Amino acid sequence: MIEFRKEFFADERDDNLNEVGKPTRRQDILGHVTGRSPYFDDHLFDGLLHIRCVRSPHHHARIRRIDIAEAQSMPGVVRVLVGRDVPRNLNTLLSLLDFGIDDEPLLAETKVAYKGEPVAAIIAETEAQARAAVARVRVDWDVRPHVLDVEEAIKPGAPVVCEVYQTNKFIYHGKYDHQKLRYGDVEAAFARADHIVEGRYQMSPIEQAPIETCGAIAAPEVNDRYVCYTSTQALFFSLGTAAKMLTMPSNRLHFIGGTVGGGFGGKVDSLHEPIAILGAMLTGRPCKFAWDREEEMQVGAPRGAERWYIKDGVARDGRILARKFTGYFDSGAYTRLSSYAIIKGVGHLPGPYTIPNVHADVYCVFTNRTPATAMRGFGITGVDFAIEAHMDKVAEAVGMNPIDLRILNSYRDGDMKAHRRVAKNTALIECCQVVADKAGIALQASSRAASSLRDGGGERGRLPAHTALDQKGTVTGIDTGGYARKGGAPGRPAQPVPMPGYSMPAAATAAPRPPAQTPARPAATAASVASSQSTTPPPPPAQPANTTDRPRQGAMRFSSISGLRRR
Amino acid sequence: MIQSVETHATIAEAQRAMGADAIYMAGGTLVMRDVNAGVTATRIVRSSDPVLADIRLSGDGVTIGAGVTMAMIAVHRDLTFLAPVARSVGGPQIRNMATVGGNLFAPHPYGDFAVAMLALGARVSVAGQSAAPRPIADVLRERGRIGLVASVQVPRPQAPADFGFLKASRIKPKGVSVLSIAAYLPRQGGRIRGARVAFGAMGPMPLQASAVERVLDGQSLDAATITRAAQVAVEGLDPPTDPLATTWYRREVAGVHLKRLLERMARG
Amino acid sequence: MAKTPIVFVLNGAERASFAEPGQNLLEFLRRGVGDLSPKYGCGQGTCGACTVTIDGQTHLACLTLAESVTGRRVQTAAGLATGATLHPLQEAFMENFAAQCGYCTPGMLISAKALLDRNPNPSREEVVEAISGNICRCTGYEPIIEAILAAAKGRARA
Repeated sequence: MIEFRKEFFADERDDNLNEVGKPTRRQDILGHVTGRSPYFDDHLFDGLLHIRCVRSPHHHARIRRIDIAEAQSMPGVVRVLVGRDVPRNLNTLLSLLDFGIDDEPLLAETKVAYKGEPVAAIIAETEAQARAAVARVRVDWDVRPHVLDVEEAIKPGAPVVCEVYQTNKFIYHGKYDHQKLRYGDVEAAFARADHIVEGRYQMSPIEQAPIETCGAIAAPEVNDRYVCYTSTQALFFSLGTAAKMLTMPSNRLHFIGGTVGGGFGGKVDSLHEPIAILGAMLTGRPCKFAWDREEEMQVGAPRGAERWYIKDGVARDGRILARKFTGYFDSGAYTRLSSYAIIKGVGHLPGPYTIPNVHADVYCVFTNRTPATAMRGFGITGVDFAIEAHMDKVAEAVGMNPIDLRILNSYRDGDMKAHRRVAKNTALIECCQVVADKAGIALQASSRAASSLRDGGGERGRLPAHTALDQKGTVTGIDTGGYARKGGAPGRPAQPVPMPGYSMPAAATAAPRPPAQTPARPAATAASVASSQSTTPPPPPAQPANTTDRPRQGAMRFSSISGLRRR
Repeated sequence: MIQSVETHATIAEAQRAMGADAIYMAGGTLVMRDVNAGVTATRIVRSSDPVLADIRLSGDGVTIGAGVTMAMIAVHRDLTFLAPVARSVGGPQIRNMATVGGNLFAPHPYGDFAVAMLALGARVSVAGQSAAPRPIADVLRERGRIGLVASVQVPRPQAPADFGFLKASRIKPKGVSVLSIAAYLPRQGGRIRGARVAFGAMGPMPLQASAVERVLDGQSLDAATITRAAQVAVEGLDPPTDPLATTWYRREVAGVHLKRLLERMARG
Repeated sequence: MAKTPIVFVLNGAERASFAEPGQNLLEFLRRGVGDLSPKYGCGQGTCGACTVTIDGQTHLACLTLAESVTGRRVQTAAGLATGATLHPLQEAFMENFAAQCGYCTPGMLISAKALLDRNPNPSREEVVEAISGNICRCTGYEPIIEAILAAAKGRARA
């Protein structure tokens, strides 16, 4: 039963608005109850063709040869698509925001990096005929060793999952093989803490499992355009992705969507639209490409698995003095949106608590698992599980009621967060108090008296006097497109050293731009990274996917966790 | 890929029409999945024989046509002992479609109704065979090559408390079995005579728990007997690991669920 | 492959169309007949989005062979309203916010209608049981249950 506690934020709310705060009918409800809401598949086309993919049975394999001859002669088969039919068969979703390197083909040509990765697409008169022809495509696989664990994947000698990222780690900002957060000095604080509490937390992948599976129908329109009905959650994102991969101006694509049978983050990957449109382009007929339930579960990108290590330095009275995170996001075989999930997640650290020293190294790791993508609060939910489980562990270590411990360490209005924004509209203390009431838990008098509106700011609102910096995990020679260049030296072209095979800088000064504050600690961990590099001979340089593109001026960057800002 | 669908007037004709390229479809809840996935034979054989939908009572037994649905069992006033079993299969739509005959062929983890049939010692009539009905345990063991099932003959327990059924699933009210248990414990003078206990989802097919039956036979259903029965619950069973539960988990909880079922039956 | 002519009654009106061999009722209704209200969610009988009634009993269209409806009466969500007048269940779903994405709604409505047709005053448990074969992944079960109970009450008054 929902209970509104209107005493909170009362001065920020107006209860006399016409619509806000009042029950209302959904504007699309009439279509829903009459069965007339037009989902992507609710559009009938005469002569509709059906597309089904030939998929890898292996986690990791090179493709020696794809033989489509027999499939092409099967009854009802109109066309078989392979990678070379895709005009630009390499993409990364966030390239539309100039973030990351193109790393994923629409149809794999040389190797597959996860079980179920598509290597060909059959276009046939009926779905049953397409299924029958899928079984007749012969692929000569050279099965390679695979890696399914994030920490195994970043060990020297691990199989290279994604050619673009030779160490199986996403490159952040053109500089680091992980996303960093440095706030204060955790090591110094650990040295004066009464307790050190450590924990390891593992989350599994979660499938969004919308009732409507992902799909799209594309058809030639008059005036040399293509119409595309799609289940996408991100219509213009899918439009941009299709235009890029088909090297076609977006004004030739007429995308129709918005009626989505459940998405929960699982319908942003824009895999169906380019294939359906390509089918329509090459056959001249309407084409439907949709997953069945088995595909939705097996190859539909889930919320990625995460592994977190948390180390807290805690005072005897329960105050957390320092918190150090090491996180591994399992991105699966390609980047999709995991790189962004980490940016968001790191901005959230150390959770809704005011901790004066925070340190995080979070890695976006490539493994031979199904690529991960968005799902409801991704980047936050996993680490929140880790943080809250860890808070209970800390409470146990210091002998405190877990709710008292949370209130004691809770952020309050005016406090400085580790991502260097001042906290406002905080309400954790009040939430904890209500929870304790409901659960019949007696709180300490100080917890009962606490308020998010009091005792924040002041000393707690100031940045740490000293923040320990380091250059651990520095990577050079990476061309990540205009985004990273803008963040580094504006206008300067990317260093000519082709990636991959990153080299470590001799010293911190090799970084593209010196840090704003002089590092108090030298790159203490650089040696281990350097040695791991030396054991892996650099493979032959791959051509960066987007060398032909001039960097866009005024490129976007993730300047805040809550959105994008043009610089 | 399906090339043709044939509907035969009698089950015997349907039996004759079968072949390596054919699959028999009753309610469709199992076969249509494969048809939709394109992984089945090229001919679908069906039968419109009205005898398949018959439920005939005879003395202390009942003959149930292979085409009788779970929904028909669930509402039949003389089969109340089987109603909880029928209601545990699928959701309402599945129960309107799924048949008694089809359930005998349901792969793991389905086939809860067959578990009850095994515990009750049902006998199975095969289409086109004049031979005596065969014990269900044989039919389950040879179900890949048994032929078409025409009907199932099921003993009716003398006292309702003699038969009990339990299904453990993760989702309620509709969920697939972590395991299911059926127990038929006829009692004479307070002692169990001819105990039959069967487990579902604890092996490749419904399996009898002989060790449990040995413990129960000749005893009264008291706390000590129930405890001893629970201790030997998994003897001879071979539970698989699947997305619902691991082998370890199924072995751990089998005795717990058996104990709960037997305690419920002891209370009457 | 010979297609099979199928004559049946859909939402009270006689219809005829051709089914491909082995075609399921869901695809037949949607592509063959043009009734798009039953939805594809799994093709395996687990989600309930394709629920229709055949001679008054709920069936999963994706697991029903198209030709098995020959001569029978099929009802889908598209046939619930009478002209512009909505069925009380449809009104109740609208009033009670009993849909989010709406994809499970047609199947949910059919399961609810089959319940109320045989049991006009169901208990809450009976409602839960009746829709247990229909998954709502937006997890809006509570408003759906409330809507079905509200529709039953409204009908009892009328």
